Amino acid sequence: MTNILILADHEAGKVAKTAAELATFAKRGGSPLAVLLAPAGQADALGSQLANTEIEKVLAVESDDFARHGIAAMVDALAQIIESQKPSAVLIASSARGKEIAGRLAVRINSGVITDAIDLAADLGATQSVFGGSFTVSSRVKTGIPVITLRPSAIEPAATSQTPAIEKVSITISEKAKLVTISNTQPAVKGGRPELTEAKIVISGGRGTNGDFTQVEAMADLLGAAVGASRAATDAGWYPHTHQVGQTGKTVSPQLYVACGISGAIQHRAGMQTSKTIIAINKDPEAPIFDLADFGVVGDLFAVLPQAREAIASKRS
Amino acid sequence: MKIAICVKQVPDSWAEKKMVNGALDRESVDAVLNDLDEYAIEEALRIVEPLNEGKETPEHTITLISMGPDRATEAIRKGLSMGADSGVLVTDASLAGSDAIATSRVLAEVISKGGFDLVFCGTESTDARMSVIPAMLAERLGWAQLTFAGSVKVDAAASKVEIARMTESGVETMSANFPCVISVIEKINEPRYPSFKGIMAAKKKVIENKSLADLGISSSDVGSVGAWSIVADAQARPPRDKGIKIEDSGDGGSKLADYLAEKRLV
Repeated sequence: MTNILILADHEAGKVAKTAAELATFAKRGGSPLAVLLAPAGQADALGSQLANTEIEKVLAVESDDFARHGIAAMVDALAQIIESQKPSAVLIASSARGKEIAGRLAVRINSGVITDAIDLAADLGATQSVFGGSFTVSSRVKTGIPVITLRPSAIEPAATSQTPAIEKVSITISEKAKLVTISNTQPAVKGGRPELTEAKIVISGGRGTNGDFTQVEAMADLLGAAVGASRAATDAGWYPHTHQVGQTGKTVSPQLYVACGISGAIQHRAGMQTSKTIIAINKDPEAPIFDLADFGVVGDLFAVLPQAREAIASKRS
Repeated sequence: MKIAICVKQVPDSWAEKKMVNGALDRESVDAVLNDLDEYAIEEALRIVEPLNEGKETPEHTITLISMGPDRATEAIRKGLSMGADSGVLVTDASLAGSDAIATSRVLAEVISKGGFDLVFCGTESTDARMSVIPAMLAERLGWAQLTFAGSVKVDAAASKVEIARMTESGVETMSANFPCVISVIEKINEPRYPSFKGIMAAKKKVIENKSLADLGISSSDVGSVGAWSIVADAQARPPRDKGIKIEDSGDGGSKLADYLAEKRLV
């Protein structure tokens, strides 16, 4: 059986849930072999979190060079592991860092690269949703060892009862991979809300909020949802740029997307139109967002949202 | 200090797009300078302008580099009208359909022959949205990768750059010595509109055309022929079914709650 390498992401001592997702994809085409690029002394603590997934074995490299020199050091280690393991593909989670690692790695190992796949077949054919979800594309790497990044939450990870063996690999990071020095790292402040791209429900606000996101946030908290924003809202400084949904922001594809006071310009639609159910609340009956909406309310979000919240709460009680 | 900026002409992101034979039909839509590249141009201008102030001939220059068809000169011209000094366009019939691997190879070749200290890029193009070209350039050139910058501090005298890398995972302060590849996020600045004077001046600025032969790259290594990944099939997403639209006459919120409950979404 051929090995498929997955890069297991971690942050602040916790392994990301994308590791189990990548393993589930990898299992379709081979044996999932996880690479863990861990800070010194943390391989076991991180590796033990990979139990109960499809991961069959963990190759752990312990080095503080990853935190100190970043992506170039990670690529250097991965390339050395690929050289010795000769996997049939490399799977990485789609994130700013994941895609950059994939790009550099593909150049290094002379292989083709596919980013932001939403599905992967046993024969390594990838499915991508492009141009804001207006097209579904099947693509394939035809040269080298395919390097493929997969969007978070694209698959429900399979649960197992296995505990993969952790093998520590000693690797020397080359000097060429140490050009950048990272002097300070501030992890993103995670509120109680889920990550935008991973959330099952997203509540977004736009120009119609006039800068007041309290109703949007209250609805999000009631439903355990993430908060998104249109470019108009982030450009106006009403909500952090990291929450922008759209062409130049995040692409989301949740079970439920609620657009509040968002007109639905193509820029915004590009980031959310593959959502399963779309709700729109807008004062303007002509707003293009209504063309996408499964359920649209022509009205003031400051009246509709509190009433909906109350009604949902009373249905639950 | 010599700065290069990689720019791309893309289909207007406000336009509906069509696909033909697994590739974007670029002819059918208006083409513009990639939004996100404007932030890179603005940032580079803000770095060189104070250093060049009062100098007869600018000591610090900005060259825009692009790969694309002839009409990509329009995108370069837009950047020149913002204030960049010159442009290079790599154009060759065999480049059509190039993947990121080939594109990064062509751009890296131009950069390595140009004697640059810094390369600026946007974080992604609004058409392909891969976000890999800056990282690939750093890999090919063997330069420091300082990407997703929300702020950039250049110390020209010490040949040093420090950035704040801002991504979903947080903020990292990172630094490196020249030469560096820097990509900037759109939060970093507010790009200027070209002034009338800028537009007039841009007409006189030089855009150098280069072919693959000039760069010593074989045409079989680029374009759809040389691509290391292929699109086997592309399907337009079926249109969404027409939904329900109600007017809020005091009970819009309750009706919305009913709909969500009926669909088992709450």
